[in-house]
Amino acid sequence: MSLKQEPEKRKRKSNFSRRGFLQGVGITSGVLTTGVLEKEAEAQSSPKVAGPGEVPITLQINGRPYKTSVEPRTTLLDALRHRLDLTAAKRVCDRGTCGACTVIVDGKVMYSCTVLAIDAQGRQIQTLEGLAQNGKPHAVSRAFVANDAQQCGYCTPGFVMAAKGFLDKNPNPTYEEVKSGLGGNLCRCGTYMGVRKAVLDAAKEMKGAKNA
Amino acid sequence: MPNTPDYHWPPMDKRRVMGKRLDRLDGIAKSTGAAKYNSDLKPEGMLFGALLTSPYAHAKVKSIDTSAAEKLAGVTAVRAIVKAGDELQWAGQEMVFLAATTEEIANDAVRLIKVDYEVMPHLVLEEDLSKVGNRARPSGEQATGDTEKAFQEADATSEGSYGIPVLTHCCLEPHGQTIAIKGDRAEYFPSTQNVYGIASDIGRALNIPIANVHVHMDYMGGGFGSKFPADRWGLESAELSKASGGRPVKLFLDRATELTIAGNRPSVFAKVKTAAKKDGTITAWQSETWSTGGIGGGNLNAALFPYVFTQVPNRRINHTAVSVNAGAARAWRAPSHPQVCFITCSAFEDLAAKINMDPLDMFLKNLNYTSRADLYKFQFAKAAELMEWKKNWHPRGDSGNGPVKRGLGLALGTWGGAGHASTCKTTIHPDASVEVELATQDLGTGTRTMVAMIAAETFGLPISAIKVKLGDNAYPNSGGSGGSTTVGGVTSSTRKASVNALTKLFEVVAKSLNVSADDLEAVDQRISVKGNPDKSMSFAQACQKLGVNSISEMGANEPAKAPQEGLNTGGVGGVQMADVSVDTETGIVKMNRLVAVQDCGLVVNPKTAESQVYGACIMSICGALYEERIMDEQTGRVLNPDMEFYKLAGIGDIGEIIVHMDIREEMDKRGVVGLGEPCAIGGIAAIANAVANAIGVRAPRVPLTPARVLAALERRTA
Repeated sequence: MSLKQEPEKRKRKSNFSRRGFLQGVGITSGVLTTGVLEKEAEAQSSPKVAGPGEVPITLQINGRPYKTSVEPRTTLLDALRHRLDLTAAKRVCDRGTCGACTVIVDGKVMYSCTVLAIDAQGRQIQTLEGLAQNGKPHAVSRAFVANDAQQCGYCTPGFVMAAKGFLDKNPNPTYEEVKSGLGGNLCRCGTYMGVRKAVLDAAKEMKGAKNA
Repeated sequence: MPNTPDYHWPPMDKRRVMGKRLDRLDGIAKSTGAAKYNSDLKPEGMLFGALLTSPYAHAKVKSIDTSAAEKLAGVTAVRAIVKAGDELQWAGQEMVFLAATTEEIANDAVRLIKVDYEVMPHLVLEEDLSKVGNRARPSGEQATGDTEKAFQEADATSEGSYGIPVLTHCCLEPHGQTIAIKGDRAEYFPSTQNVYGIASDIGRALNIPIANVHVHMDYMGGGFGSKFPADRWGLESAELSKASGGRPVKLFLDRATELTIAGNRPSVFAKVKTAAKKDGTITAWQSETWSTGGIGGGNLNAALFPYVFTQVPNRRINHTAVSVNAGAARAWRAPSHPQVCFITCSAFEDLAAKINMDPLDMFLKNLNYTSRADLYKFQFAKAAELMEWKKNWHPRGDSGNGPVKRGLGLALGTWGGAGHASTCKTTIHPDASVEVELATQDLGTGTRTMVAMIAAETFGLPISAIKVKLGDNAYPNSGGSGGSTTVGGVTSSTRKASVNALTKLFEVVAKSLNVSADDLEAVDQRISVKGNPDKSMSFAQACQKLGVNSISEMGANEPAKAPQEGLNTGGVGGVQMADVSVDTETGIVKMNRLVAVQDCGLVVNPKTAESQVYGACIMSICGALYEERIMDEQTGRVLNPDMEFYKLAGIGDIGEIIVHMDIREEMDKRGVVGLGEPCAIGGIAAIANAVANAIGVRAPRVPLTPARVLAALERRTA
């Protein structure tokens, strides 16, 4: 099975987005007829409606499929924690503010408390559990230890994932870029000084690894 | 009679492990996600708990009907803890607990509970004392000297109002637990600062032997003083488990409930008058303060005024506790100190400005009113050097013509932090593995790592050779982690248990080396004759001589005896200096730098110690600029029980932080002293003073939001 095709297929089948709809109608048409709106309503209440009650889902996490069942309202975060025992991502604010639940979905850093588990199907989900390679902790994880970028450690998994996603897009960041790039994660113990240094250290090591 | 072994810490220059900058032992587990917190557990058959809380700040329950919730498929138990006729005293007060097979079902069931309320009048705001009516409880005047006369004779007096609001702990791992009650046994996995002591809460409430309550916790996600008791949610989750055939029940509070009822720090509002001579000598302090810690009122130690400068000769102190309809206060890192420090240091900075004196000079001038004049003198000098105070400080408001004004401020703090009662068991096995067991907890402060360092130092082993077992009440009793008492307690008990075990090993080895046990030492993974390293054997060889037997020895820190033993002590000082820039057009305060110079006696691991101070500085930045619990007068509820509007500083909001641990031989000689609280005291005051210095006027109320800064500027120009 080609993993890359999965998101595309899903889009065609059920992702009837408002933006896609407006594009389809054409932004210059000006007036939306009742008929079009009915069609939208029809599309949304088509056989794709899931629930109430639990529905079976398959999630691609860290390169392998996980089958479970969740209610349609269950977030990706809760599915990971309550159904799959993948508990690195933490539930802290549960409202997309603090970043403790950060995962990487299709290469993008995301708060897993803001994504429904059923909508995460067919997408490549990476959690902190999948970051180590051949049993060796990821460079970001090691840099967090070396720079003591953690105290109680509850924000740490989210911070490590946010840092990893940030470095994937900014492999050579400045100190200032780290400060603005990781603004989406909050820590109560106050580990930010260590985090700043850890991210810069990890950047150096990851670049070194690429050159090797 | 055998001699008492020598428990003293090795001299600074002889230490091989203590004092080194070592990585925390559980670092990799935390940064790879392998660390399992008790909120991560999902034992077989686990149920999810949920609770209904009062939507009103004050109401009477007219009727309560849980039948629909009980009937919902998946619900296993429902326990109403209020009944018709009961009065609810604050929004968020617990009313019904229930358990269900999924969290979604549990939350649905809560929504099915029908309650009729008779809403009653409430009071949730305490800032205006004239509006609190009979909810004020004055605690009487404390007076020393002749304050009136001192004011009359003073060269200068200063009067000011100050305010610091209620904060909530906002632990990232919420309060809660996973618990299973089977017959008269409990398996209890709380998030707690009190692994050993918390068992008794469950034992007493469920009437089961405390010995049958097994508590286990490897990691915990923040407590800051708020996580000692089992709490209502712990006891009721236990009851739910019992009512559900012993299935484990997990209930960790959602964020809104966490911020509403799981602990907060009392506010303080103040009217202060101070007096000084022209040369900066402070002659009088008069304060009228009031605060709330929720329904119970006060919780503020007003006897701490004037903070650190407690010997100002003429003092008059009045304090009033105000009871409001809001969740109860709990201990927070250095209870009372940050607030009292903020008010005192703000008032003295205002007094210094009144006589056109550099506040650093005024603080130095009056150090004889403190109990640690030499220490503070040294620390202020160090901080001033790091801050380049004399170069960067300017008289209040004299900060140039541009819209962005820079200013400096300072503050100082003190704390006790002597070690609590702690018992430890150290075991040496024949295969040379060493275990250290004690029922303490690592809050993220590095306790696990420091225990290993002490044992490694004692045995002459690397820290990787030590297995630390903590977080379980099956191990020897060690105190709860409050008041910065843990590090002194556990390092002392670990040292004594390890020395005791090593002494036993020496006795075994002495025979084969044909010397007396007193002549041996453990260094560099070898047991050697003192002064004759050729006569030695490896630690592993020595342990082989144990045959099939292990050596297990106990060691205890007894607070009453600790001062004579010299392993730990209490009483520390620290100073902080802040450098801020204030945009006078937007009111936005930007942190440039915060300098902290902190003493905590013998520093076991400077790396984790510095982390604690960095963290405390950041917590202070939050308190000075961002965080505040906001109550709604109309509904009586917390308006910002979420992390969007209960604001914490982010990684870009803190400027640069410079931490200097005051590690000197004379500090070190005092033994180990706790650190968590003392470094969390001075920052808010230092930042508030820096803002006053920058904008030329006191913005009296923290957090210093743009609106408050602009309001202060308006008063200046009015």
